Amino acid sequence: MNTSFLVAAVIASTPLLLATLGELLTEKAGHLNLGVEGMMLLGAVAGFAAGYYTNDPLLAIIGAGAAGGLGGLIFGFLTITLRANHTVSGLTLTIFGTGVSSFAGTTFIGKKMSAEFIEFFNPVAIPVLSKIPVLGPMLFNQDFFVYLALVLAVLLGIYLYRTRYGVNLIAVGENPGAADASGIHVELYKYIHVVFGGALCGLGGAYLATVDVPQWQEQITAGRGWIAIALVIFVSWNPYKAILGALLFGGLSIVGFRLQQLNVSQNLLDALPYLVTILVLVISSFKQSKENAPPKALGSPYFREER
Amino acid sequence: MRMIQRTNISKQKIILIRLISVLLSLMTASLFLQFMGHHPLEVFASLAIGAFGSAYRLRETLTTSIPLVVTSIGIMIAFKMKFWNIGGEGQILMGAFAASYIALNYSELPKPLLLTLMFFAGFLGGGMWALIPALLKVHLGTNETIITLMLNYVAIKWVTYLQYGPWKDPNGMGFPQIATFEPNAILPKVFGVHIGWIIAIFIVLAISFLLAKTKKGFEISVIGESIDTARYAGMNVKHVIVAAIILSGGICGIVGMMEASGVNRTLSSNVSSGYGFTAIITTWLSGLKASIIIPVSILFAGLIKGGSFIQTAYGIPQSASDVLQALILFFIIGSEFFVQYRLVPSTAKEEL
Amino acid sequence: MHKDIFVKMENISKNFGTVRANDAVSFEVRKGEIHALLGENGAGKSTLMNMLSGIYKPDSGFIYIHGQKVTFQSPKESIQMGIGMIHQHVKLVEVQTARDNIIMGLKNSFFVKKKKISEELRAKAQHFGLAVDPDKKIYNMSIGEKQSVEILKVLYRGADILIMDEPTAVLTPQETKELFVIMRKMAEDGCAIIIITHKLNEVMEISDRVTVLRHGSTVGTLETKHTTPKEMTDLMVGAVTDLSIKRPKVHRGKAVLEIKDLVAEDTDHVPVLKNLSFNLFEGEILGVAGVSGSGQKELCEAIAGLYPVKNGEILYEKENLIGMSPRDIIRRGISMSFIPEDRLGMGLVASMDMVDNFLLKEYHNQKGPFIRRNTMVPHCEEMIRRLDIRTPGIHHPVKQLSGGNIQKVLIGREIDTNPHVLITAYAVRGLDIGASHNIYDLINEQKRKGVGILFIGEDLDVLMELCDRIMVLCEGEITGIVNSEEVTKEELGLMMAGEKIKIEGGEAS
Repeated sequence: MNTSFLVAAVIASTPLLLATLGELLTEKAGHLNLGVEGMMLLGAVAGFAAGYYTNDPLLAIIGAGAAGGLGGLIFGFLTITLRANHTVSGLTLTIFGTGVSSFAGTTFIGKKMSAEFIEFFNPVAIPVLSKIPVLGPMLFNQDFFVYLALVLAVLLGIYLYRTRYGVNLIAVGENPGAADASGIHVELYKYIHVVFGGALCGLGGAYLATVDVPQWQEQITAGRGWIAIALVIFVSWNPYKAILGALLFGGLSIVGFRLQQLNVSQNLLDALPYLVTILVLVISSFKQSKENAPPKALGSPYFREER
Repeated sequence: MRMIQRTNISKQKIILIRLISVLLSLMTASLFLQFMGHHPLEVFASLAIGAFGSAYRLRETLTTSIPLVVTSIGIMIAFKMKFWNIGGEGQILMGAFAASYIALNYSELPKPLLLTLMFFAGFLGGGMWALIPALLKVHLGTNETIITLMLNYVAIKWVTYLQYGPWKDPNGMGFPQIATFEPNAILPKVFGVHIGWIIAIFIVLAISFLLAKTKKGFEISVIGESIDTARYAGMNVKHVIVAAIILSGGICGIVGMMEASGVNRTLSSNVSSGYGFTAIITTWLSGLKASIIIPVSILFAGLIKGGSFIQTAYGIPQSASDVLQALILFFIIGSEFFVQYRLVPSTAKEEL
Repeated sequence: MHKDIFVKMENISKNFGTVRANDAVSFEVRKGEIHALLGENGAGKSTLMNMLSGIYKPDSGFIYIHGQKVTFQSPKESIQMGIGMIHQHVKLVEVQTARDNIIMGLKNSFFVKKKKISEELRAKAQHFGLAVDPDKKIYNMSIGEKQSVEILKVLYRGADILIMDEPTAVLTPQETKELFVIMRKMAEDGCAIIIITHKLNEVMEISDRVTVLRHGSTVGTLETKHTTPKEMTDLMVGAVTDLSIKRPKVHRGKAVLEIKDLVAEDTDHVPVLKNLSFNLFEGEILGVAGVSGSGQKELCEAIAGLYPVKNGEILYEKENLIGMSPRDIIRRGISMSFIPEDRLGMGLVASMDMVDNFLLKEYHNQKGPFIRRNTMVPHCEEMIRRLDIRTPGIHHPVKQLSGGNIQKVLIGREIDTNPHVLITAYAVRGLDIGASHNIYDLINEQKRKGVGILFIGEDLDVLMELCDRIMVLCEGEITGIVNSEEVTKEELGLMMAGEKIKIEGGEAS
């Protein structure tokens, strides 16, 4: 396990981490959005287009977030206000996002971002910290997006576990009736977090398109959206654990050709995240573990007791 | 504005609401097309022509609709019991895998026997793959949406692994693919379309009959409506659920066999082609009614095939038809709200 | 208005459709008072309190809080006026701590000052004698602790008017004592407390005054120290009304059901049936009286094989039913139907038609894998005739029928299976006089055929007229089995409240 592999693993984990954080927020609010892949692709194409035409990294990020957020808004409107079925709505969003992204991206096939754009995302070494063996290059000599993802993970953890908004959000996802009776504006909380969650997914997709790959190609996310959904469960809806989980799954996705001597097919390794997630779900059902369980009201539409 | 649950809604009203939503979605799509400089009506017309405009195209569309119809029926059984089986993709692939195993290793058998064995293998493969989430749900209460979803990708990766690894065709010139089936293992054609269409009609009729006229079908319907009532009537709820889900997965597995044998003539991760996901949408749109599944599936197949036509005719990429699909779906999903509820002013008298 | 009158409800009326839930109710609560609200099921207690807590709006009448006339548009406004409702089923988030549950939704600092708030809560809890650990997670708490969290929650939010809905229903006797100490402390502190209850002994012990409701009206407000359980029961049940229900004299046959020492627990290991022993004879109607939640549902389900039994025997023709599958029990001729509060949930499938609903209990008797629907059609038509069921047609979904007719379909179906034992719970819930009499006639017909009938009901007048014997359940125990001709309504009321008066008239075998 050498350092360059770990550095690459962190890079591979970043889009996963962003998408996971986004879906985590959405699910904490009680909504299961299977449209992650679609939102990532929306963000990818929007971010790429914004960056390509304006050469402005900030606009690229904003564009990606807005596109992902728009996807989240569509899902949110359907499932929050219109009480639609989460599964069907999310799957449709994936079809929509994939289609829009392919369509809008046809002009960009094979193209890359300009050199000056890419320069913004060159790795930036953080003084002192980047000299730490192993951890240094892994975490402190990376590009802006990686830092963004890591910082967001920590911020979300603090938000969830230490602020009063976090307390309220958890209540909304667990027992919206109790939250409502306590004076929390359930619908508002749901909308904000579903949309913001979508924006984060969009950012994840943009990273792939603008920096990581970085040529535009169809289906640039290659199924990462589904892995992110699995990751959320795997890390028990915990943003801090998401950092580690994303690193693990990200590493798994690139370890393939380094293990060729061992004759382990990358394909089987690709199946591992899903198998492991199933295992985690089964174990938590077995143990009836309350701490690591999904938010109790996940997937259920909320109706105030209208009498 | 308050929302009140409707107790009664006439069939005409439902149809009206659906039609309005389809209309709205087409209008939105038209705006989109006009923005791109195309004439919407022309494009829609070409879509229709590309799907149904000639004998050849009609056959292509119907061939595509076969797996959609059958998978939708399979998924419908699960959905009727409020078991959200979104593992259709995986069940199709595992059915294809099982059938391919027979095809590749027993190709010396006489054709009818071989195909029959493949058929049952397909059913078993899909059925067993669905058994896993069924048991987990019934005994542990695990969320079936996620488990079936994850199992899809395990199945895809498994087949890909076979493609690149142990089943790789030595005569394939280095391409990662599995050997083409012997002619013995390929479904014959009737009227130019592989025999799957007869199988599909048979399955639709058989399942409709099962649900309407047999005890097990009755139990499935009751459990889907109210588990408590089913218990009070003495039904063994767990058994019925597991049996129904095996049936659901098995039917998807048959699709895998038909696609592998009749269309792809080999096993590859493309065999399922997203039918497992599309079928969820067609099933849901059909209101879980077998009779509606057939026309809806044909329409969807038309959208898919028509989409590739307008790609060559107008340079509008295939993905545009995906976007159109999604738009129609968004509006119809949204319209469900108006079917279930009506809006009244907040001052209306309260009713218990 | 005197400033010490915290709550005044004046001539409050509330209708739901044609049902008059509250009829010109007047009632007031003073500062520092513990005021009990007493009445049978359906007397209108919960409806009245739901208007105070902002869930319902009165159709007429006025509500004054602290002397100010109010109209609540939502529960939030009620909370703002200082009203705190403690529901019977706690509304808490299981995976969060007590502290988080208490502070959620409040405008506080951005970062939760966990230590500071926990300390504040601990102090407040101690002041009232509430055993609440702010840092403990709700799922680790006993029901009594969870209730304490709810109480602390409303107090922390500034409530000085507390409404407690059957708070002791889920508590052990020890916890009940502790709760009463807490309530007295809160009253001392100046709170006004309303406690909804049906337990007479508790009313005597904790309340300062008691208001009795019957059929939606106030029948009296008494000073607790000047009244007796008998006086309260008289007010609760009222005079005997003549309903003219026939009670045919049928020669009683052998014991068709023998229940011996039946014990059952729920999923939290709380006992719900405590050593029940009784017999049901052929050709008799054994009524079961009791406040709802005394174990009637569990008893019905246990006999039908749908509820796990810990100990004891249920003998049918000398065969023990415990352990048998529900299907086998149905096959032996034991029919059980239970009308829940929402009237549809358990016996019928709303979206299916009458034929299919009738088939629910019969289809397994048909031979072969297919369902024959046409054989059921004459049965349905017969029942429609006998019970005068108003339906657009036997092929229309039953949810289109009115509530009363839906129940007729349910009872009709059970009777159609020609049972040997008929268990029916709340069969006439919500039905008008005419429809109810149809059902009584049907039941009497079964009695004449020699069926053993277990009739669970709410209306004491009906029980006394229809049934041969009456068994009273209270908190999972039998507090009395009496001949209906030899018991008074007050005695029944007292037994329902927990007093063991007599067990006679029926344990001959």
